[in-house]
Amino acid sequence: MTSGLWELVLKGIWVTVQLLVFSALLAAAVSFVVGIARVHRLWIVRFLAGFYTEVFRGTSALIMIFWVFFVLPLAFGWQLVPMWAGTLALGLTYGAYGSEIVRGALNSVDAAQVEGGIALSFTPWQRLRLILLPQAVPEMIPPFSNLLIELLKGTALVSVMGMGDLAFSGNLVRLALQESAEIYTYILLIYFVIAFLLTRLMRGLEKRLKAGVGQVPEKGVSQAELHRPETSGVGGGAV
Amino acid sequence: MNWDWSAVGDFMPHFWDGLLVTLQALVLGSLISFALGLVWALLMRAPTRWVRWPVGVVTEFVRNTPLLVQLFFLFYVLPEWNITFSAMTTGVVAIGLHYSTYTMQVYRAGIEGVPAGQWEAATALNLPLTRTWTAVILPQAIRRVVPALGNYVISMLKDTPLLMAITVLDMLGEARLFSQQNFQFTEPLTVIGVAFILISYPASLLMRALERRLVR
Repeated sequence: MTSGLWELVLKGIWVTVQLLVFSALLAAAVSFVVGIARVHRLWIVRFLAGFYTEVFRGTSALIMIFWVFFVLPLAFGWQLVPMWAGTLALGLTYGAYGSEIVRGALNSVDAAQVEGGIALSFTPWQRLRLILLPQAVPEMIPPFSNLLIELLKGTALVSVMGMGDLAFSGNLVRLALQESAEIYTYILLIYFVIAFLLTRLMRGLEKRLKAGVGQVPEKGVSQAELHRPETSGVGGGAV
Repeated sequence: MNWDWSAVGDFMPHFWDGLLVTLQALVLGSLISFALGLVWALLMRAPTRWVRWPVGVVTEFVRNTPLLVQLFFLFYVLPEWNITFSAMTTGVVAIGLHYSTYTMQVYRAGIEGVPAGQWEAATALNLPLTRTWTAVILPQAIRRVVPALGNYVISMLKDTPLLMAITVLDMLGEARLFSQQNFQFTEPLTVIGVAFILISYPASLLMRALERRLVR
């Protein structure tokens, strides 16, 4: 591999990282808004949030990407820059999975905590901000960590649309060298390293947040595997 | 927004072809992932770390890298080593292999969930090891993991469109082909999007019902 080709790969890594950060931010925003809406006291809000979740979890992320790239410009006249189109499709899809995590964590907070808040005449917003979220957020970190890895794997999908991410740079190098074993091994290794770093980062975050509510991270929670909600559908099992 | 019902009508024959391919890939991929996942799970319980360690590293690697790149790897690299499969076979193997690293964790959870008393009873009855596994442990473990495995089948369904990237004409592949030939993108893509929801939502309801019945 020549240095020019490595430069392509480096550019690909940069695009992948950018896309990962943007779509993770959008997905986090969507999951909190939709997840909190799913425990709202008005049924219509709960219903709409649930509808959103089922629709976006129901289709494949790749189909969403096709839809945003091809149908949105034709049907609504919105032509998005590829980076934003990819962010939109991935963020909305993974946000739907994330909203299930948020809902589950909010529901798992002891009901007596909320009742205590009512007894102290906190407003709903105060209960959410001061009682529910500080206890629920640390619980969300391990499943969010899994979802982040799924999102990283999902970013590879935009290469189908010709966006120059890491997977796409692999295809370019393959075409240039007419030889694929080496470059695809490197590409897989790079993805693995990024995933490893993300896992480490999230584990550190979990430790800090749990220390904030006087807990330590659990080890070996294999039983959760049997009760986890349905998974993401881009290379598998998040949540 | 202009919606053309005649385009939907023209697309439907292609849609059924694509659906058939998607379902074939799904069934074969599931079977591979169920079988291979059980193999990984059992190997991870091997007494020596010389088995556990390599299996752990390989499955961790496969689980944390994108299925799309794995598809490209199998599709382009295997022919260089003079192993040629059809695109469909390559895709099915890739999906099965990728998801086996997930089902393996499910099996592990199921096996660990069997109460220790069952193992002790098998020892007390002097059952040989194979019989302990086939008659005592696995029947109880697998009953508990069925819903979790089902959820991965639904995930797999949503990953089958990736096969389009290696020229398989699944639902998305057919939709793309139709769009490019007729220059109508809205209808075919929307039809398959709705089709995915119509398949996966009832399936996920079924899995939730199964979970209530089988996992306690």
